[in-house]
Amino acid sequence: MGAFKETKLPTDAPAADKALAWVDDRFPLTKLWNDQWGKYYAPKNFNIWYLFGSLAMLVLVLQIVTGIFLTMHYKPDATLAFGSVEYIMKEVPWGWLVRYMHSTGASAFFIVVYLHMTRGLIYGSYRKPRELIWLFGFAIFLCLMAEAFFGYLLPWGQMSYWGAQVIVNLFGAIPVIGNDLSLWIRGDYVVSDATLNRFFAFHVIAIPLVLLGLVAAHLIALHEVGSSNPDGIEVKDNLGPDGHGIDAIPSHPYYTTKDLFGVSVFLLIYSAIVFFAPEMGGYFLEYNNFLPADSLKTPSHIAPTWYFTPFYSVLRATTSDFMWVVMAGLAAYVVFIWLRSRLSQKTKIAITVLAVVLEIGMLPQVLDAKFWGVVLFGSAVVILALLPWIDHSPVRSIRYRPGWHKAVYGVFFVAFLVLGYLGTQLPTAAFTLLAQACTLLYFSFFLLMPWWSTWGRFKPVPDRVTFTPH
Amino acid sequence: MIFSKKLLAILALLPGFVFANEGTVQLDRAPERSDIASLQNGAKLFVNHCLNCHSASSMRYNRLRDLGLTEDQIKNNLLFSGEKVGDMMTVALRPADAKSWFGAVPPDLTVIARAKSSGAGSGADYLYTYLRTFYKDDARPTGWNNLVVPNVAMPHVLWDLQGVRTIKMVEEADPHEKGKTMHRFDGFEQVTPGTMTPQQFDEQVADLVAYMSWMAEPTRDLRKRLGAIVLLFLALFAFLAWRLNESYWKDVK
Repeated sequence: MGAFKETKLPTDAPAADKALAWVDDRFPLTKLWNDQWGKYYAPKNFNIWYLFGSLAMLVLVLQIVTGIFLTMHYKPDATLAFGSVEYIMKEVPWGWLVRYMHSTGASAFFIVVYLHMTRGLIYGSYRKPRELIWLFGFAIFLCLMAEAFFGYLLPWGQMSYWGAQVIVNLFGAIPVIGNDLSLWIRGDYVVSDATLNRFFAFHVIAIPLVLLGLVAAHLIALHEVGSSNPDGIEVKDNLGPDGHGIDAIPSHPYYTTKDLFGVSVFLLIYSAIVFFAPEMGGYFLEYNNFLPADSLKTPSHIAPTWYFTPFYSVLRATTSDFMWVVMAGLAAYVVFIWLRSRLSQKTKIAITVLAVVLEIGMLPQVLDAKFWGVVLFGSAVVILALLPWIDHSPVRSIRYRPGWHKAVYGVFFVAFLVLGYLGTQLPTAAFTLLAQACTLLYFSFFLLMPWWSTWGRFKPVPDRVTFTPH
Repeated sequence: MIFSKKLLAILALLPGFVFANEGTVQLDRAPERSDIASLQNGAKLFVNHCLNCHSASSMRYNRLRDLGLTEDQIKNNLLFSGEKVGDMMTVALRPADAKSWFGAVPPDLTVIARAKSSGAGSGADYLYTYLRTFYKDDARPTGWNNLVVPNVAMPHVLWDLQGVRTIKMVEEADPHEKGKTMHRFDGFEQVTPGTMTPQQFDEQVADLVAYMSWMAEPTRDLRKRLGAIVLLFLALFAFLAWRLNESYWKDVK
């Protein structure tokens, strides 16, 4: 640390320059701006998929700002909550708009984040050295799910109430501690005022605090290693005379204007929903949630909001019959590891021991299907975190992968969407069978990735990014 | 916790558990009503016939100014028992009494038109059909039954307008189970006439339902009008943002 040195500007310098110099001497304002955005060099070949990061940021800000205004009028009290939401809708000036922005924003957040994750998946953005960016992002996704879950109880409608009841009861499936655990989470024997109060605390302060920290970590990690791009090559491998990648451009003004255009299109779609279809046919605001919570009236059909339904489908697909399929699949997977994996003998033995323990646990006499349903439900989310280590493809981007890899991704995305659709529907025998098939496809995609991602004829990766000037 | 297990069993295993307590009646489409006179008439019907037992506790009487009524008109025509014009549309009926008289507490009606939307039709369609399908049934404690909500606790409040009707059922073979028969609804039979013709009655119910839809979201029209302006602005903004972006990106080779 050198001695403090005041920057001397000529006396006739503009006041703004003097003020900035004064601040920069005491706080790295200009440096922060340049490092994080102004002189952050990003590949010039970003396509539409690269808009969703900044859009997620925009939605986060929208949610926080609208959330603050909702908190000013909302009452976290089981007897007042439902009425206070209607008070916001009818009496608070512009309350209806703020509330619709917040409820639509919740769904928009998931759409944007799912697309952002899809981008990571198809262009291999999570590959070395960007594993931590992916893990921070994964943690953000977990926070987002928690945030949505806690927030959904607050309107205190029938679907809020029973959705929370069902999800909290899932913890009851854990052996030995399950019932005490769900009791501890609820703070009561049923979802009640105590539950509403703590969910409110989690929704408005605890989770957002963690979320903001993770977003900062996500961005710092990204700007440390630099952005990937649709070609999956490093722009830093080809440096120009200025020390920046030849194919890299400063984020400002190029990505400032591009993101601004993206934001304007996003806001068009978002506003169309807010102003013309805020209920979105019962998917963004469920009809049943316009009835106040009633602990004595169980709705005939409880479905979580659409963004949870793919994982919820996995839970429902895990019937006691399906457990035999899971057991057979697990056994086959262990055999496959012994035959085809280059893992060390020690690791293979450890995997086998773990699998045997799991197989015993899956016997109907030991733990019931409900417990394993919850395990698969959680695993379906957590397995995403493993991507940087299970993708062994020699190229990052789908552009240079064998053609049939695109079909594999296609099947995966279709399975995910089908699971999402089935989660909104009542389970019938045929639907359950379909959900089970999609569950197997979903997990196979990840569990077999270490092998299939290396198979096939890969196309040569270019030295320079693919870019057509405007 | 047996309760949670039961709940999960219902959720995960029981297929076809559709709308267990609702009839499977085809809903009639509620006629469109957007003129002020219909909504005012609906408000009058609502206050006179519904607010005796039901509340609309998130709705203020003087919000009816949005329907073109003055405070004096509201005071003189719609307030009966000493309410103030700025009061909420609450009800004097105590929940415990309601429970013992009807067997159920009448639900609050502020947003009922939104709550009753489903795949079968809009909330307005539901209410429009429900209010027009009451029939006399001596087996029920109130003497009334309903096609949309079988064994409904609510009596036919608009009976003096519609008159008394009974239901006609025909017995026919059950298509789902061989050798069994089932009862199928085959229309109503007018027993005593009401003060209105069936056409007049339908018109009145349409007005009432239009009012209830309005009350469920009084800002709906404003929302759509504002939405058009916002979308126009954003379209212009998007165009400018696009041109701005293009002009910067010209330099990127």
